Amino acid sequence: MMSAAQTQSVRTGHVTRMFIYLFLLLSALFYLLPFFIMLTNSVKPLGEITGGNMMSLPEVFTLEPWKAAWSSAQVGVEPTGLRPYFWNSIRMVVPAVFISTILGALNGYVLTKWRFRFDTILFGLMLFSCFIPFQIVLIPMARILGILGLAGSTYGLILVHVVYGIGFSTLYFRNYYAAFPTELVRAAQIDGARFFQIFRRIMLPSSGPIIVVCVIWQFTNIWNDFLFGASFASGSGAPMTVALNNLVQSSTGVKEYNVHFAGAILAALPTLLVYIVAGRYFVRGLMAGSVKG
Amino acid sequence: MTRQGETDFRTRLQHWLPKVVLSPSLAMVLVFVYGFILFTIYLSFTDSRILPSYGWVGLENYSKLWRLSHWTTSLTNLGIYAFLYITICTALGLALAIFLDQKIRGEGALRPIYLYPMALSFIVTGTAWKWFLDPGIGIEHTMHLWGWESFRFGWIKDRDFAIYTLVIAAVWQTSGFVMAMFLAGLRGIDSEIMKAAQIDGASNFNLYRRIVIPLLRPAFLSAFVILAHLAIKSYDLVIALTGGGPGRATELPATFMYSYTFTRNQMGIGASSAVIMLMTIAAIMVPYLYAELRERK
Amino acid sequence: MGFLDIRNVTKSYGRVEVLHRVDISVEEGEFLVLVGPSGCGKSTLLNMIAGLEDISSGDIAINGRVVNGVHPSNRNIAMVFQSYALYPNMTVGQNITFGLEMHGVPRPEREKAMKEVAELLQIGQLLDRKPGQLSGGQRQRVAMGRALVRNPDVFLFDEPLSNLDAKLRVNMRTEIKKLHEKLKTTIVYVTHDQIEAMTLSTRIAVMYQGHVQQLGAPKEIYDTPANLFVATFMGSPAMNIIPAQVVMQDDRPHARVTTRDGSHAMLPFSQANLAAWDGRDILLGIRPEAITDPDGADRKSDNIVALGNHIGLTEPAGSDTFVTMTLGGRDTIARMRADVSVSPGDRFEFAVNMDKAIAFDPGTEDRIGP
Ligand SMILES: Nc1ncnc2c1ncn2[C@@H]1O[C@H](COP(=O)(O)OP(=O)(O)O)[C@@H](O)[C@H]1O
Ligand SMILES: [Mg+2]
Repeated sequence: MMSAAQTQSVRTGHVTRMFIYLFLLLSALFYLLPFFIMLTNSVKPLGEITGGNMMSLPEVFTLEPWKAAWSSAQVGVEPTGLRPYFWNSIRMVVPAVFISTILGALNGYVLTKWRFRFDTILFGLMLFSCFIPFQIVLIPMARILGILGLAGSTYGLILVHVVYGIGFSTLYFRNYYAAFPTELVRAAQIDGARFFQIFRRIMLPSSGPIIVVCVIWQFTNIWNDFLFGASFASGSGAPMTVALNNLVQSSTGVKEYNVHFAGAILAALPTLLVYIVAGRYFVRGLMAGSVKG
Repeated sequence: MTRQGETDFRTRLQHWLPKVVLSPSLAMVLVFVYGFILFTIYLSFTDSRILPSYGWVGLENYSKLWRLSHWTTSLTNLGIYAFLYITICTALGLALAIFLDQKIRGEGALRPIYLYPMALSFIVTGTAWKWFLDPGIGIEHTMHLWGWESFRFGWIKDRDFAIYTLVIAAVWQTSGFVMAMFLAGLRGIDSEIMKAAQIDGASNFNLYRRIVIPLLRPAFLSAFVILAHLAIKSYDLVIALTGGGPGRATELPATFMYSYTFTRNQMGIGASSAVIMLMTIAAIMVPYLYAELRERK
Repeated sequence: MGFLDIRNVTKSYGRVEVLHRVDISVEEGEFLVLVGPSGCGKSTLLNMIAGLEDISSGDIAINGRVVNGVHPSNRNIAMVFQSYALYPNMTVGQNITFGLEMHGVPRPEREKAMKEVAELLQIGQLLDRKPGQLSGGQRQRVAMGRALVRNPDVFLFDEPLSNLDAKLRVNMRTEIKKLHEKLKTTIVYVTHDQIEAMTLSTRIAVMYQGHVQQLGAPKEIYDTPANLFVATFMGSPAMNIIPAQVVMQDDRPHARVTTRDGSHAMLPFSQANLAAWDGRDILLGIRPEAITDPDGADRKSDNIVALGNHIGLTEPAGSDTFVTMTLGGRDTIARMRADVSVSPGDRFEFAVNMDKAIAFDPGTEDRIGP
């Protein structure tokens, strides 16, 4: 009895366990269903969707919707497909992730290892900036981007995402470095290492996991952003999410559901891949994002 | 003896370097976040229309705002949506977490399935749900094909029910995250407490009701705060799923702000609605962050 | 003026002063131990010597040079930390030579210095490992190697042994002492363990609440503690502190103490100056080893006094037996030979070595001189 209680913290009866498994499996179906629908219907000819059953597997397998979504579908006014917008997103995401991660790492390093008066307040200000409703900055941001000549450009979006990504990247590195022994920094100081040497030689080599967490989080967030993209880069400079929305919402012609689904998966693919490859780090980032470190 | 009270230059530089390194980020946050917030607050007291203009009108925008049925509808919608979204996400997340914590075979496979929607854009999931819920081709159509002729599920086209489709899609998106938060909480509970309660003869139901769930309080609080602020910020999903319609049935403050500012050219009113959104979120987040940062010190 | 001078140094965090006017002068080759309970400011003082914390006021000079504001790496000091603070991403060899590298020492010289230190500490076979692959004792050695390789003016140790298990701690303690005897480098060593302080030091500074309570040779600290705190902190079991009254008898000051049955015992002091306290209350301090059974009493002492009292508890501890009695209303511990035959409740004639007894002013808690 005692030993059983040790191997299994809570003992449950057979009927209860059946119920639990049933519940968990049905939930899994619920979560998988939308993706299943997107996937199956993206490889069906249009007629099979409108005339047939959305839930059934394709009778005719075709990659035409994918090709159309990628290179020929009508997005806005031009029949370019999503391809140019995909590259827009890449051009925006890579520098924005890189810069915000570097800045976050430096900030976290300063805020934990070179503490000074009011540093917690400064960090609080940065942290709160992650949670503001971005509507509050849309108007002045549009003005500033206009003044800087960055309106509608990828550079403008990079700036925006760096600014509003710093809070989270700083949070990650600060929490991580807070647990990093300060004695190591002191030992390095006595050994004669200076500010940047300590960062490069002592802190960074031990920061692998949190760099992965931060990069994944920023990548996912920036890739998935819609509000800033729609507000500041709606034309040919638009990112993938905005283009997808334009594709889906376009009111002209017949609704090509299969192309929409293929486009949606294309837009989801990068973040989904990251999730599949490094889901563990993604979850860590999510959890740290709920502030408890 | 040589007296060297003077700090050498390099050491003095080292003293300033941390602050120098922090300052670009700080400057960006101060200007682009707090400066912009002040600017928007200022605009909300002006007669700005298409472009910012600096004629002071006092509280006029706010009084106009509260007289707009469009705005009050948005708020009512937000109330319904946020309440259901938070409640269902929490309940579902908690149930999944507790069930997953029963030494479930295949936990490693199930967890990522519950969580993957968090990695997707609301625009993507909105697209999926939009067509799935569409009575013409989606679930209703499928049921008819499967022989359930009388099945009706046209919420997304129904003014009275469209808001619930938002809830369905949003719950689908975030409940896995809530599950992960609760699961982390559960795994953090000292297993000796559980053993002690079982030796005291607590049934499973009582074990959870009296011991475990009260111990999860911090997770409940985090979940509430995160979900509440997500609900208030909800924008993408509405755009992708319903576009605010039918009619105004799924307008939320976030979509209201956008359309008043950028399509209806009522920037003053748009700004005042953004200020109210910020206040609401600040009322939830500031005490929470304050408590978190103090704890850590 | 010494080799390492700490002159009137204070430290404040915001408005809270955590170190008050510390004044210590250390001669070249000395082994100074800073000892005190956790939170008393030992590490803060050590860190100020190292340059890791700013000095709020006062001066610190090393080898004749005031080092206030000088970067830690330019003070010619080396430090061994409690957690060892080995860089986890570097091998043992890289850990040891990192400081030399930062100081621009060319590689061949670094290698040579590393070899020497590795030989001295017998860690040659560990040089290619990462710290994560070492045992606690090995890490400790590497941390010392990293300090030694710099050939500094002063070694600073911050509780270097407190993460080791008891047995290893004793071994390493001996090794550190041997190393000091061999190298004769000045050492400042922080510990909260009074036995470490006694065994290692040439001088001890006992600290409490940011004040240096007493600075002196180990024997001086042990035999003539400056105040109640030092008396009870140094020594294990702690010194017995017994409320007593000074009474003159035969022109000699005596301590009048109450035994368990309420009767009074008279214990003659060896210090004549206590006559000035005639009729006043004092606190009598007697170390447990100064209360024994009559056969175990110190033969060199000429002031052994018999004291009849009931035995409370007996605690055999292998080499000794500790016997508790009630004196002046307090539990009082006597240290006896292991084979003494005593049993709880019996009346027993204790032998008290009053040569070793001291008295404290109950108001100021300072020892009553000379
Ligand atoms: N950064 C700091 N800010 C405020 N108080 C501090 C700080 N560091 C140490 N203290 C305080 O200074 C006192 C001495 O600390 P410390 O030197 O670490 O003690 P010890 O090493 O003797 O245990 C403690 O009361 C501690 O709370
Ligand atoms: Mg300490």
